[in-house]
Amino acid sequence: MNNLISQFWPYTIDGLSLGAIYALVALGYTMVYGVLRLINFAHSEIFMIGTFAVLGMLHLFGMPSNVGGFALVGLLVVFAAAGAVASGGSAVILEYAAYRPLRRHGASRLAALISAIGASLFLQQLFARIVVPWAFGLPKEKGALPIQGHFVKRTDVIHIGSFELSNDRLIVIVGAVLMMVLLDIFVNRTKLGRGIRATAQDPETAVLMGVNIDRIVTATFAIGGAMAGVAAALFMLRFEETRYDVGFLLGIKAFTAAVLGGIGNLRGALVGGVVLGLFEMYGSAIFGSEWQNVVAFSVLVLVLMFRPTGILGESLQQARA
Amino acid sequence: MKFTGVIAVSAALALGASACGDSGSGNGGGKGDSVTIGFVGDLTGENSGIVIPPKQGAQLAIDQYNATNPKVKINFKTYDSQGKGEQAVPLVKQAITKDKIVGMIGPTFSGESAQADPVLEEGKIPNISASATNAALASHGWKYWHRLIGNDNVQGAGIGNFIANNLKAKRLFVINDASEYGKPLAETVKATAAKAGAATSEDAIDIQGSDYSSTVNKAKAFNPDAVFFGGYYAQAGKLLKQLREGGVKARFLSGDGSLDKGLAQGAGGTTADGSIIGCPCLIDPTGSAGAASKKFAQEYKAKFNADPAIYSAEAYDAASAFISAVKAGNTTPEKINSFLSTIDQPGVSKQIKFSSAGEPTATDVYVYEVKGSELPLLGNSKTATVK
Repeated sequence: MNNLISQFWPYTIDGLSLGAIYALVALGYTMVYGVLRLINFAHSEIFMIGTFAVLGMLHLFGMPSNVGGFALVGLLVVFAAAGAVASGGSAVILEYAAYRPLRRHGASRLAALISAIGASLFLQQLFARIVVPWAFGLPKEKGALPIQGHFVKRTDVIHIGSFELSNDRLIVIVGAVLMMVLLDIFVNRTKLGRGIRATAQDPETAVLMGVNIDRIVTATFAIGGAMAGVAAALFMLRFEETRYDVGFLLGIKAFTAAVLGGIGNLRGALVGGVVLGLFEMYGSAIFGSEWQNVVAFSVLVLVLMFRPTGILGESLQQARA
Repeated sequence: MKFTGVIAVSAALALGASACGDSGSGNGGGKGDSVTIGFVGDLTGENSGIVIPPKQGAQLAIDQYNATNPKVKINFKTYDSQGKGEQAVPLVKQAITKDKIVGMIGPTFSGESAQADPVLEEGKIPNISASATNAALASHGWKYWHRLIGNDNVQGAGIGNFIANNLKAKRLFVINDASEYGKPLAETVKATAAKAGAATSEDAIDIQGSDYSSTVNKAKAFNPDAVFFGGYYAQAGKLLKQLREGGVKARFLSGDGSLDKGLAQGAGGTTADGSIIGCPCLIDPTGSAGAASKKFAQEYKAKFNADPAIYSAEAYDAASAFISAVKAGNTTPEKINSFLSTIDQPGVSKQIKFSSAGEPTATDVYVYEVKGSELPLLGNSKTATVK
């Protein structure tokens, strides 16, 4: 407990930056669930593909050194865009290959769930055994792929007493919140966003109103994937390392964040991610880091006991501006 | 849970082995002018990189012996267990009943040892492992089992004393990876350093996780002179990187699980430089540890065109122990085993002498310092100094 009090700000900042990444990945789970009522277990691999896309960019173009100001912002946008394109594209392909055929044949939701788990394992092993050794020449498939040197040189941007905020954490938090705001505006203000909401609310009526469901589903996967891609770029900025199974634990946590905030609810993903990140850090501070996951899932169980639909408890169709 | 599972499996195997043990035991032995010594370990699998060097070390000793045209020659036969207990067990049975080995070097890993050692025990075949370090292996009362490597407790004590006495650290922060290897090792280091007067605190990380910031914050609050991590290099590199970024500047130490250049890679750049890795093994390609070590390094390099690597000196010593037994006219497993109980001769890595439980009596732990992507030997943990 003393530990938490003396190190309150570092734990809070770390919890927020971790929660921000959870929240961005959680968006993908929550959007797909809102539209298709499907838990896309392969979403963690979509995130993993994003991290490798960013790593690939770094290998191709070399390590940026000592950039600051607008050049840094520009660079971050390029890397985030690379991650978003790779992840968004993979998510669309995944939907075409693993879910659309099942939907066409009217298969049960359980079949789609099994297909999701299969796709997740397939993508993981594909990267472990073929893509990573081929692209990065890694001899052992189990090793991690670190970035050599620093993505962005670490400095403290704000330093007041025990309150220190390093630039990488600041970028992660600001970047994630910015993406959330953009997505919220997109879903609530644009025509495509209205289509997504309509499909989530009542697919059959949406079709009668002239909404092209297949197009909406593709868009949902693309947007959810792109958010995971941005999360991947922020993750690489913060941790500078990836592995073929990097998405496994992070995916479970992000899914937890989505359920915690209220699955199907975009703002719930943000709330769930931040709450989960903070509780993990505070829990580790009080009980020791080995209890981090125990605390995280205990919070989930407690919240669901009293609010079975999550903290915000709405789903996508009811989330209005 | 895991542990009881291993015991249950070993017990079942021991029962199975005793059921068919009568046909296997008693008729092992020489064919007059030659005897067979086996080597079992992961020769082609995922971890073969740390099993080929001991195999070559043993081979070197036996080839040197056979080249002297002795009365009784030694055949060297290898068995590829892939590091898996379920493959090691039938191979060991085959070695005992079909190949009639009189001694076995290995199994290499602790996990496969726990399963295959009871079979060797039932078959009454003396065996010496050059690399299985799990402390519990010595607790079964096996009469034919030996090893020539300090166990995890010996390693932990060696590193703990090094931190307290040689580094003179007053505040030690201990981190473990919550594994069956890392946790007890970290506990032993912590207890040893605490006994020597250092203030300690500890935390654990999740090997699946990427974010160790809660551990970093805890370490930072403790303000240590030294940080010890019990675990493997894949996590050690990441952890070290995040510690340094978080402003923890204390010297970083770890055990043999991190004795790999992957540590420096994971930490990035020169971040890992100056970190110290302890290991009960002697890896000494330049021969700086002594004349015997120098001679071994030269002969090894001449034969295999490679520097001696992890566990090669220990396996050379294990083979030398069997060779001495055969030289002294012992050609049956029973006689070789009783010879091993009294053996006391200098080896490359340590004095070859066993306690009644089969543990080496020498408790040498060596420390290595990270320099770039290299891990040069710093010296014995009892005497090594750090600038």
